[in-house]
Amino acid sequence: MFIKNALCATTALVMLPVAAAHAETLTIATVNNGDMIRMQGLTEDFTAKTGHTVEWVTLEENVLRQRVTQDIATKGGQFDIMTIGMYETPIWGKQGWLVSLDDLPESYDTQDILPAMRGGLSVDGTLYAAPFYGESSMIMYRTDLMEQAGLEMPDAPTWDFVADAAAKMTDQDNEIYGVCLRGKAGWGENMAFITTVANSFGARWFDENWTPQLDSDEWKEAVNFYNDLLTNYGPPGASTNGFNENLALFQQGKCGMWIDATVAASFVTNPEDSTVADKVGFALAPNKDGVSKRANWLWAWALAIPAGTQKEAAAKQFIEWATSKDYLSLVAEKEGWANVPPGSRTSLYENPEYAKVPFAKMTLDSINAADPNNPTVEPVPYVGIQYVAIPEWAGIGTSAGQEFSAMVAGQQTPEQALEKAQTLVTEEMEAAGY
Amino acid sequence: MARAVTTRRKAFNTLLAWSIGLLIFFPILWTILTSFKTEAQAISDPPLFLFFDWTLENYAVVQERSDYTRFLWNSIIIAGGSTVLGILIAVPAAWSMAFVPSKRTKDILLWMLSTKMLPAVGVLYPIYILFIELGLLDTRLGLTIVLMLINLPIIVWMLYTYFKEIPGEILEAARMDGAGLKEEILFILTPMAIPGIASTFLLNIILAWNEAFWTLNLTAAKAAPLTAFIASYSSPEGLFYAKLSAAATMAIAPILILGWFSQKQLVRGLTFGAVK
Repeated sequence: MFIKNALCATTALVMLPVAAAHAETLTIATVNNGDMIRMQGLTEDFTAKTGHTVEWVTLEENVLRQRVTQDIATKGGQFDIMTIGMYETPIWGKQGWLVSLDDLPESYDTQDILPAMRGGLSVDGTLYAAPFYGESSMIMYRTDLMEQAGLEMPDAPTWDFVADAAAKMTDQDNEIYGVCLRGKAGWGENMAFITTVANSFGARWFDENWTPQLDSDEWKEAVNFYNDLLTNYGPPGASTNGFNENLALFQQGKCGMWIDATVAASFVTNPEDSTVADKVGFALAPNKDGVSKRANWLWAWALAIPAGTQKEAAAKQFIEWATSKDYLSLVAEKEGWANVPPGSRTSLYENPEYAKVPFAKMTLDSINAADPNNPTVEPVPYVGIQYVAIPEWAGIGTSAGQEFSAMVAGQQTPEQALEKAQTLVTEEMEAAGY
Repeated sequence: MARAVTTRRKAFNTLLAWSIGLLIFFPILWTILTSFKTEAQAISDPPLFLFFDWTLENYAVVQERSDYTRFLWNSIIIAGGSTVLGILIAVPAAWSMAFVPSKRTKDILLWMLSTKMLPAVGVLYPIYILFIELGLLDTRLGLTIVLMLINLPIIVWMLYTYFKEIPGEILEAARMDGAGLKEEILFILTPMAIPGIASTFLLNIILAWNEAFWTLNLTAAKAAPLTAFIASYSSPEGLFYAKLSAAATMAIAPILILGWFSQKQLVRGLTFGAVK
């Protein structure tokens, strides 16, 4: 009897979730994007499985970036997990600020993470952040307006086609603008887009010796093209339009085409918010005829653990849960396949159910067409497609972004903007010791 | 004799005052209106003013997603605590400067004010590191102290201005009657300066309530006040303007109501001493 009782007790103890013995409260810093809000709503599933509870700190993107940088650099220890992007991950990983995620269990299947994402979130083969959702950029266009214009959008259009279509779709009297593009200043706003345009014209930010290249002919051509396209066929006030402003315009039926993040596809096809939900088509981001690189970027919102947290084991359990295949199934079950966080795992795109989502294929094709380790036609010393993964980028990208935004506003010519940008980037890079 | 004011001029002044008032209040009104729209109505063009299907859905979503009362409670404690603490320190300081001025009083006052000219971000890292060392990060105590310190120059200046209006002879008379320093400040000066102290109190509550640099930078999950609550509804990829407006309305409602009820004291306090 005693032995039986003892056995039962031991079994019961073993059966208890291991973590429940030391249940932790994890503090997670994140942004207020749709997929993150969904994750917050599903946290109970994580708590039920592991016993750990979660406290969310949701911040505005720029505040989040500043807040987590400050905390991680001073070892403040305020956060056990932080949501960071593809730009920060390699820089912070190299600094030793992040915990390596190479020891996640086999069942997690790290190899299933899309290769482009894994590459962008690793330093020298070590994974430092797990993608929660990933995105590229692509063309979203109005199928009805394209038809009216007598054109058919190819799967992989050129910039010439886009300019032609924009001219034909524009109907300013009815407030329909051929193309909506980012014009708002910021390294993550207009510079993300302009950098991809530059890549697709064969330009690069720096040569192999870190000499700024904004005075090259390719940059001149790319920036002139962007400026003409947006000022001739774009909406008024385009110099202050970012992702959200263009999303609002597109949803109200005012844009013929919009080249932006693939994650927008689920918004513009949602009939609750979008007046054009059933008239949207997708195509790869364009390139200049004959240039091997397209204007599509690569970005991931990823979860990382700051070095020095006291709760590393529990934090890893959370990352394992939130970026697992099971989590994708959980979201599909509760909210439908269209709401599953996109762009993180190969298996999602092999799922026949997910293949029915209208933008699934184009999202995957766009992500696969992006290579952050090899972003330009000519070789470069940096990683990153729509950014340059060096700490100085946020500063130089934003300053240059202000020049290009002023150009779209009509305050200066593309040549003047490029000249100023070249000067300020050169000064900044020299001061930084490159 | 007072200057005769014609009816036309009066009407013009009234109209002008209302127009300016409405212009200043309009962004708040627009936020409140947007909070009752759906997300699609919130971005509609032309904008919808009053004729839309009013909905409380955004409030329900915000209420469900965030623990509003916890943020509210933090705001009350931090704003109230820092103001009370500031006034306790500033009353004796302002008393000494107003009634026992030294050669350097003016310089000290200017020096105190000059600390407000330093951009807050300039001392962010030293203060952050101090907070780590002292274990004050993400605590209400830490924020109360910081907000008290940054508002202290304003509190001292305001109280100093009010105290200067009080004739020193009254305090002298009290001293002649045998009042000590404590009695003088507590029973003579303070009651006479109540309108000034009240308006200082109210203005500082508002300043502390709206402070959004330190409250965002020094908090995480536990001590975050309503400023962090609003910030959590801003989104880089997604149009949640209606929900953001609902969160903003909930965050400003308490201070708006307080301001409404105490506007008489506020105006009296702020114009105190303006006309001699």
